[in-house]
Amino acid sequence: MHAEQIIDDELAGLDRLDTADEQRSSFAFRVWSALWPKMAAIGLVLAIWQFVVWREWKKIYVLPSPAMVWERLVDDIGTVELWKAVAATMRRAVLGFVISVVIGGTVGLAVTASRRVRVAIGSLITGLQTMPSIAWFPLAILLFGLTETAISFVVVLGAAPSIANGVIGGIDSVPPLLRRVGRSMGARSVALYRDFVVPAAMPSVVSGLKQGWAFAWRSLMAGELLVVIPGTQTIGTRLQFARELSDAEGVIASMAIILVIGILVDSLVFSRLERHVLRRRGLGADRA
Amino acid sequence: MTLVHEPTAEAATNPRPIETVVELSNVSKRHGSARSGVVALDGVSLTVQRGEFVCLVGASGCGKTTLLSLIAGLDQPTSGELRVAGRTALMFQESALLPWRTAVQNVELALKLGGVPRRQRRSEALEFLRLVHLSDFADKSPHELSGGMRQRVALARALAQRADILLMDEPFGALDAITRDVLHDELERVVHERKLTVLFVTHNVREASRLGDRIVLLSSHPGRVVAGFDVPVPRPRRIESPEVSAIAATVTERLREEVRRHAR
Repeated sequence: MHAEQIIDDELAGLDRLDTADEQRSSFAFRVWSALWPKMAAIGLVLAIWQFVVWREWKKIYVLPSPAMVWERLVDDIGTVELWKAVAATMRRAVLGFVISVVIGGTVGLAVTASRRVRVAIGSLITGLQTMPSIAWFPLAILLFGLTETAISFVVVLGAAPSIANGVIGGIDSVPPLLRRVGRSMGARSVALYRDFVVPAAMPSVVSGLKQGWAFAWRSLMAGELLVVIPGTQTIGTRLQFARELSDAEGVIASMAIILVIGILVDSLVFSRLERHVLRRRGLGADRA
Repeated sequence: MTLVHEPTAEAATNPRPIETVVELSNVSKRHGSARSGVVALDGVSLTVQRGEFVCLVGASGCGKTTLLSLIAGLDQPTSGELRVAGRTALMFQESALLPWRTAVQNVELALKLGGVPRRQRRSEALEFLRLVHLSDFADKSPHELSGGMRQRVALARALAQRADILLMDEPFGALDAITRDVLHDELERVVHERKLTVLFVTHNVREASRLGDRIVLLSSHPGRVVAGFDVPVPRPRRIESPEVSAIAATVTERLREEVRRHAR
């Protein structure tokens, strides 16, 4: 046989041996195995709640049963007011989050790019991250009054440090080999960041975004309870009004809506993005 | 198409124009400060001719990686003169592919940085992958490829950098023996086809004897050139052939002598 042909066959043989096809389980099976643990957990919580109600630990108008809250939720979902409130809250959340991404991302890049900036504000960012954002509201209200700006101010202070830390952590942990590769391929400054450093930092950046979203959502809820702007219906004001009317069903229904939105945004946006980033790199378990 | 290179003995009777593409004279490199720094390379002189396959062999701490960084232009020598005529591309022990890009996208990135317009990149990148027989795996991610396949993608990427001088830093060190043997054949063929000059760093003396036209032995702490060996074995070679083994034995003996020197 020709020498050329021998090498071809040997390479092809090795390649075939090295890349055995893996079995993938069926779609239905994957959905089921992702779903049942969640269902079981929710079922358990509802069962405990119902048990406490049956024991009559509190009066029924203070702690209503799951069925009563469910009825109230179904009623609320049929009203325009609820959807207007959700829209107003989501608009604030998205706006605050976008501003946080811009500020957090810029600050994060600045810290990794300059030693002086790092010394100056590196530990301050972590400090800000540990500060409960509700502690900012008195100052925000003094500075901006009961306005949208006051809410956005606190949302950004809550979310931006997490996002900045995600960027910093990601860029700091880029393997030096990757920078060496980039430089050896002729990439300098902008190209080095664009094609090597920033993509390599993505897993950490995405978990920073995810955490930033959680902080933004929490700060926003605190803000909507404290900064009530007359005439604006939001999820926070609904929760507040329900409490003032001693409407326990309304309180729990509003809380359920806050929880569900938080989970939906996380699973539809951030967890999905995270899985995508990790799976491309062959990292992370195939969890749903 | 034949795999037989001109053997070194024939070169004397049938001379081809000799052109030096890499020349180091008395190059030293110190990492860190002048007082407390570590001397990685101490007065290294080395010339490599166009089309030559030179293997650099040495124990740990011989400054092999530093030497390649200097030639690649990633670092400057502390003293001495360095001249490189041609485009270099580095290959590493780990393939150092970007894990978020598929095989073909990794090659495309080299073309992008080389200024190739976007429309042409994919077809050109596929052409380079074909050269290393990986057309079927173009859209796989690095984590879906074996170590040997990743190194071939890295080779395709190096070729896409339009390099005529390949700087290889223990590229096959992490591979199993049979994959390594086949990749030796593959590398030899690509180098011959594309008329490349190669500087190949390894601590595996047999590998050096299998691949090199010439073997340069480096000492450790600091790195110095201590000996050079010609490998007058005609190609194609086999790593298990008696001629290759004989050269490897000579080099190994000299290398062990060098290692023993550090015992005292």
